[in-house]
Amino acid sequence: MLPVMGDETCAITLKVNGATLRLQVAPWTTLLDLLRERLGLTGTKKGCDHGQCGACTVLVDGVRINSCLSLAVMRDGASVTTVEGLAEGEALHPLQQAFIDHDAFQCGYCTPGQLCSAVGLLAEGHASTDDQIRELMSGNLCRCGAYPNIVAAIGQAMRPRRSA
Amino acid sequence: MNPFGYTRAGDVAEAVRTAASDGAAQFIAGGTNLVDLMKERITAPSRLIDITRLPLRAVESLPDGGLKIGALVSNHDLAYHPEVVARYPLLSQAILAGASPQLRNMASTGGNLLQRTRCYYFYDAALPCNKRAPGSGCPALAGVNRIHAILGASEQCIAVHPSDMCVALAALAATVHVTGPAGSRTIEFAAFHRLPGDTPERDTNLQPGELVTAVELPRQGFAAHASYLKVRDRHSYAFALVSVAAALELEDGKIAEARLALGGVAHKPWRDPTAEDLLRGRSPDDALFARVGEHLVRDARGRGHNDFKIALVRRAVVRALQQAVAGGSQA
Amino acid sequence: MTTGKPHDRVDGRAKVTGQARYAGEFSAPDLVHGVVVTTAIARGKIVRIDAAEALALPGVLQVFTHENAPRLAWRDRSWRDMVAPGGSPLRPLHDAEIQFSGQPVALVVAESFELARHAAGLVVVVVEAAPHQTRLAEVEAEAHEPARGKKGYTPPPKPRGRADEALAAAPVRVEATYEHPALHHNPMEPHATTVVVEADGNLTIHDKTQGVGNSRDYVCKVFGLSTDQVRVVTPFVGGGFGSGLRPQYQLFLAVLAARELRRSVRVVLTRQQMFTLGYRPWTRQRVALGAERDGSLRALVHEAVGNTSRFEDYCENVVPWSGVLYECPNTRLEYGVAPLDLYTPIDARAPGAVTGLWALESAIDELADALDLDPLALRLRNYAEEDQDHRRPFSSKALRDCYREGAARFGWHRRSRAPRSMRAGPLQIGWGMATGIWEAQQAPSQAKALLTADGRLHVASASGEIGPGTYTIMSQIAAEQLGLPIAAVRFELGDTALPPAMIQGGSATASSVGSAVLAVCKALQHSLLKLAQTMPDSPFAGRGLDDVVFLDRGLRLRSGTADAVPIAAIMRHAGLGSLAEQATAIPDMARQSRYTSNAHSAVFVEVAVDEALGTVTVKRVVSAVAGGRILNPKTARSQILGGVVWGIGMALEEHSMLDHGLGRFVNHNLGEYHVPVHADVPEIDVLFVEERDDVVNPLGVKGLGEIGIVGVAAAIANAVFHATGRRIRELPITLDKLL
Repeated sequence: MLPVMGDETCAITLKVNGATLRLQVAPWTTLLDLLRERLGLTGTKKGCDHGQCGACTVLVDGVRINSCLSLAVMRDGASVTTVEGLAEGEALHPLQQAFIDHDAFQCGYCTPGQLCSAVGLLAEGHASTDDQIRELMSGNLCRCGAYPNIVAAIGQAMRPRRSA
Repeated sequence: MNPFGYTRAGDVAEAVRTAASDGAAQFIAGGTNLVDLMKERITAPSRLIDITRLPLRAVESLPDGGLKIGALVSNHDLAYHPEVVARYPLLSQAILAGASPQLRNMASTGGNLLQRTRCYYFYDAALPCNKRAPGSGCPALAGVNRIHAILGASEQCIAVHPSDMCVALAALAATVHVTGPAGSRTIEFAAFHRLPGDTPERDTNLQPGELVTAVELPRQGFAAHASYLKVRDRHSYAFALVSVAAALELEDGKIAEARLALGGVAHKPWRDPTAEDLLRGRSPDDALFARVGEHLVRDARGRGHNDFKIALVRRAVVRALQQAVAGGSQA
Repeated sequence: MTTGKPHDRVDGRAKVTGQARYAGEFSAPDLVHGVVVTTAIARGKIVRIDAAEALALPGVLQVFTHENAPRLAWRDRSWRDMVAPGGSPLRPLHDAEIQFSGQPVALVVAESFELARHAAGLVVVVVEAAPHQTRLAEVEAEAHEPARGKKGYTPPPKPRGRADEALAAAPVRVEATYEHPALHHNPMEPHATTVVVEADGNLTIHDKTQGVGNSRDYVCKVFGLSTDQVRVVTPFVGGGFGSGLRPQYQLFLAVLAARELRRSVRVVLTRQQMFTLGYRPWTRQRVALGAERDGSLRALVHEAVGNTSRFEDYCENVVPWSGVLYECPNTRLEYGVAPLDLYTPIDARAPGAVTGLWALESAIDELADALDLDPLALRLRNYAEEDQDHRRPFSSKALRDCYREGAARFGWHRRSRAPRSMRAGPLQIGWGMATGIWEAQQAPSQAKALLTADGRLHVASASGEIGPGTYTIMSQIAAEQLGLPIAAVRFELGDTALPPAMIQGGSATASSVGSAVLAVCKALQHSLLKLAQTMPDSPFAGRGLDDVVFLDRGLRLRSGTADAVPIAAIMRHAGLGSLAEQATAIPDMARQSRYTSNAHSAVFVEVAVDEALGTVTVKRVVSAVAGGRILNPKTARSQILGGVVWGIGMALEEHSMLDHGLGRFVNHNLGEYHVPVHADVPEIDVLFVEERDDVVNPLGVKGLGEIGIVGVAAAIANAVFHATGRRIRELPITLDKLL
């Protein structure tokens, strides 16, 4: 017999935006649904639920991933950073500020994914030119078409000394 | 997504044992394709065996000069691994041409081999598909088949294998290490994936319960003259319409050794040794490359929307070989 | 001045910190989740729905189908929303009839999202298929004039002169057919509705919509509720582009379930289901142009047929632009709709104009080539100085400046005329251009304002924020009118409890809601002046609003001959803690109808084509826009960027692919429906030319949401022609068409 939904849960520990949480999760719960439905962290967006838009991008142990294709149970012991965890109190992350400065969003729905992806991009350190930023941000769709401004914002955060 | 059990495997033996005890269980690593398929009810495992904690993350240089890549090495880590960048740039280029950075961070080497097709009909559980539901029919034959196969297809299935990495691995003549209930074995890359024939539901020659543990590259990496050319509908984050992995060894202005593999054209990464034979011992020039391109599509068959792929292969092969001679990556 | 300056978005912080909440992100105690089941046949009927296996799962509350859904409103007009076209709107779960592939046939409601999704997969829908038709060419002959009923649709003007005879007699003629496929909006936020059942049984609905009032009225009419029983609250919308103009089926289903179960319910569509909503219609167009050898247009014929569904006559203004953009003595413009077994199309960014200008501006380029004239010179030769179809002047038209300034910025004069004459290494380079046009509109809207003695201003109107920057520009307008810093202003929107506003579409929010905000602030100004005049020794005695200015939180004489009086002092003197006003802005039709008011653009594009592989890369774009007064150059530029990116998608990538055997869109996901990604989008240079217009509305704005996309597809196709000598008349220009 297959387990009926809800029968089987697993105990996991997750650090989410710095807070350690002990959770019982069903194996079929994605990290994205856990964040949005259980933890109320709706900043992380569901745009396609299939890894084809990047709106669900979060950082797991500092690495950007698609949370929609990640089962929460498999992230036991990991540290997750969502858009809600980027700012230090009232002080915005430099990328958040750069996005505002450059008007790097319109409707705002892809923005948390763009931001987390950009944080991951900077940490990976493979981009130095605008074309490299474009290529390595291509996993994040923006239907409002804010791309040029997003590239400019990331450029500002990457090269803070150069004026925008 | 159906309900399923979850087991976190502690070692390879335990993983294989668990799989052997439950025929409907599946291994999961990155999950970038499996979770996707489960959400669409294309696959419904009884149990997921989480292999991400197994010690399969090493990239080791072998005494014979080859490179052994653990099945759990992420696509990102492999693409940027210094040994790979320096010795197997073809592989690095191919990986970076695929998916998105986020997906490459999640996806594993072993999982990349086991990606399933992106055929529209396979992915739409409301429709017939011989690969998903054997015997139900193939709507792609008379339907929208722009992205479908021109080589090695059958009347049962014209789906293509979606991987970029595997096209490079085919060209590099990699070997796949697997462990199963009957022990460990190796599979030549050319024999790993299958053509659809009458059993399109089977993508690979893996036996039930077998786990990919590593991919091994031979010593020859074609570092000086390799190029992965990917042609697609947008500039990034799209599957290949046609891709070409071209690798050459040049000696005194002649082609000493040649490898060619195609992506986006068949149910498996398409490597045709007779095309490589045409190159070997010859001086590289465009006329020769054009003959090779022509040769590769001698048995190609279009299905309407994908007819263009035949011409595209001819041209892409020439371009990839030109780039390989020049030693560069895709313009 | 607060307007005219590049302000950061006032909702920026909420959006970059994840605090902005969208329709599917509101919650309620005991919230349950609905997942939609759709059908895979294009036409036929449901024989049987077997939900037993789903219902047997603990935690599954109900499976709603046509067999158990309550009977609701029976007249079509109850189901017709504010912007519905003529016909009989879809009634989800109404009966066994299937009218299109992807039609919702059941809603599974369960205690968790995952359970509902799993259970939805267990519902068995047995159907009986009937023959369907999804090929436009097969029904083109059946094209008919659309039934009346859709707001904003204007039938094509009557022919002027004798176009066909003039065409036959013209020394130079071009004639061709242009086509683009159905295109789905695909906003990043999927359509979603959260219905919260309040303690008193009333419903608070968070719906992804471009008009909270439209959703509210629809729910009230369909379910027989009064407007005080239903409140729609949507502070943020994750992109609309037209897809949220009409209430979509998840709204109906969520309300149905909430009322039947007396539980709060959320229904979010999957990305695949986003392809079961409306789309920009598949359209075929024939354009024929006749000209003198010097390029003067003698004849213009433009005929278009777009698809609609079998149950509604979706229609849009595709051809009228051809009668107004160029001077031509003989024109004949025709438009019809042809029914297919698909869902009804819905307005998509610059509906009609995008379609019509794709054909017209390609044809003009073809004519320029036939005449061996510069495409820009040809356009200038035929520049229309008045609206010939309506025989009236333009309220303003700075298109000539768009051409001039855009061309200068692009370096157009360096273009070599002949196709295939420009190269960069192994690539063919092409430069193309096109014109854009969109109607400047204003619709009645209301706003209210509350000024408190501490100098804070709260302004509100039931408008929307789909991404253009509504919060920001409304705050700017209000701040400027009362001389307040923008931080002292809070603008609220997206709530039917607020004064009604026009639906957010047609680039008319700034003009309509902006005018209401202006009006309510003028009312506050008036009250403040009156109060100030009652102060002892008031310098304002006997003065009118024209004599005073509001600046730095105070009121002063424009002449500067007396000290400023702080607003706080005025209110303190009057003993008021706050001052409230409400106002309605109605278009001055008597004046506006004497003019034609359009926004314009000139788009210049450089492409690089790899001829061996057929791939096209957009290297740079200059978009020069005449859009009246620009309230916020920063958000305005973003609007144009977005339009250009949409144009790139339409020209090169987007295609909702129909399998005609199945009558179904098959590439229904974001992996195979290609929208542009970062790597597809180059530098885009946006410039706004100076344009004053005191007719169009009190603010002098023309709206920017649509104009950025219009003409882009033609400019790209024209550039591809210039690069390759290949004229592609069927979008998208994918590489197979250039091999």
